[in-house]
Amino acid sequence: MSELTEERFRERAEAPGNDAGDGTSAAAGGSISVQPDEFHHARDIGELEKVFELESLSVSYAGVPAVKEVSMDIYKNEVTALIGPSGCGKSTLIRCLNRMNDLVPTAEVTGRLLYHGEDLYGPKVDPVQVRKLIGMVFQKPNPFPKSIYENVAFGPRILGMKGDMDEIVEKALRGAALWDEVKDRLDSNAFGMSGGQQQRLCIARCIAVEPDVILMDEPCSALDPISTGKIEDLMMELKREFSIVIVTHNMQQAARVSDRTAFLMVELDATEQNRWGRIVEYDATEKIFTNPGDPRTEDYVSGKVG
Amino acid sequence: MQASDIAASGPAAMKPRLEAASPRYGEKITIALLAACAAISVITTTAIVISLLVPSVEFFGDVPIKDFLFGTDWGPTFTPPTFGVLPIVVGTLSITLWSLVFAIPIGIASALYLSEYASRRVRRIVKPVLEVLAGVPTVAFGFFALVFITPQIQKFWPGFLGDEPGIFSALAGGLAIGLLIVPIIATVSEDAMSAVPNGLREGAYALGATKSKVAARVVLPAALSGVVAGIILAASRAIGETMVVLLAAGNTPNLTLNPTEPIQAMTAFIATTATGDIATGSITYKTVFAVAMLLFVMTLLMNVLSIRIVRRYREVYE
Repeated sequence: MSELTEERFRERAEAPGNDAGDGTSAAAGGSISVQPDEFHHARDIGELEKVFELESLSVSYAGVPAVKEVSMDIYKNEVTALIGPSGCGKSTLIRCLNRMNDLVPTAEVTGRLLYHGEDLYGPKVDPVQVRKLIGMVFQKPNPFPKSIYENVAFGPRILGMKGDMDEIVEKALRGAALWDEVKDRLDSNAFGMSGGQQQRLCIARCIAVEPDVILMDEPCSALDPISTGKIEDLMMELKREFSIVIVTHNMQQAARVSDRTAFLMVELDATEQNRWGRIVEYDATEKIFTNPGDPRTEDYVSGKVG
Repeated sequence: MQASDIAASGPAAMKPRLEAASPRYGEKITIALLAACAAISVITTTAIVISLLVPSVEFFGDVPIKDFLFGTDWGPTFTPPTFGVLPIVVGTLSITLWSLVFAIPIGIASALYLSEYASRRVRRIVKPVLEVLAGVPTVAFGFFALVFITPQIQKFWPGFLGDEPGIFSALAGGLAIGLLIVPIIATVSEDAMSAVPNGLREGAYALGATKSKVAARVVLPAALSGVVAGIILAASRAIGETMVVLLAAGNTPNLTLNPTEPIQAMTAFIATTATGDIATGSITYKTVFAVAMLLFVMTLLMNVLSIRIVRRYREVYE
């Protein structure tokens, strides 16, 4: 694995506008430690383009709050991680970003969410259009019960994308680092693949429609460490082209892959009947993991709680 | 072995008791009863096949099987009698075809609406109503066809389609049976669609699919085996239906696929011929069994075919 990874890291280092790790971390890739040897150095905020701007965003289901007053900016071509214990509203929050919450009839979103400066919940915004631009990969791999080829071609077909479908499919599968494994069995059913391959197929399906942002809701939680490693490598590739937001309950994963990390925690009301998530700290991943500003963050990332 | 023996001989000599405390006759009786109940339907089916088979074999001793299956003149009660079964086979198939043409689109559309679009409240009201509709006695449907559907067809018949149907027509019968089987297709399909994992829907929505695309391109294909099962169930019901065809489509053997004409279905022939004054052992008596046997074989073939189709085309999801 380390050879392949090293090559990727070099590519990444050479890529313009991308000053991620210099390869030393990959060379030491065999060691298992809580923290990577080298963090992705989050760039200075001033030079970054904002993809999302959340301004005291709150979400409730049937009047019961799930997340309260989240304010954060998410930047282009970065991996932004949302971490925190179960029930802190990570998934709820990420599902706001492409209006998947609209599918839950009782969900209500308040506050402001700007996407490239436009109000994502504005009256004229069409959620279907939003989801074309902001794709999503889910916790459990959910390929369609169709062939590998048809899975990737599904999005381009329903959106009426122009171009040679074979080329579109190959490009997407290559983009998801899956082409070499499946090129000889494109017509076989996607359910014959391993869980990790299925998840990469879901990523291929997502990038086939050429989105701007990819949201990943615990994409590796159902996968073994080797498959997880492949997807993490893939994310490093993908962020050159896309902006990525990932929810993960795996702190090491957040430390390995993300440029910026938001830590959310569960809050209880006075009666302890209602609980909701609130953001505790949002900063460069390196800072969150090495020098957090809030003691609660430190307790969580060092494994004292949660 | 007695419990006191164990206690007396101490722990070193203790032997655990492994035999059953009683012969457990109750358990054996339960199993026997359950097996007997399960056997009833198997025995019944076998008995029906045998009771159909014996007179049918005798019938084919009198009438060559070729004349029966491919003859186009049906008049077993006339003198001289004719035994070409094709007119009433085509009558049955015509009724089934028209009822399916009507019921498949409406049944699937209802299922898609209930599973993908309707609010939980609407679904809670509509589904039981559909199920009640499936339980309405068929003679009521037949009467409804005669006094309502047929006059409406005649009233709104577009002239360019030729002569309007008379009081009995395959179309009226087909529409009435169509109404009867819509609930079967709708409820069975809706169950299959509701069983499609939500993750598949979310995967499609996340690609920018509209609700109708999700319904048509994801849910319907994934539920296809259930939908086909519903259609087959409905088709078997249509083939076996008697009262509606008798009341709405008439009882005139007629080798035609033209829906405006009256026809005789196989079931209608059996019901009107197998009355009390039929002489046991007569050729008419044996004819009834031969037609019933053919009907049985037709539904059997259809079921076998449907199972193969479902296996071939279904989309398996975990």
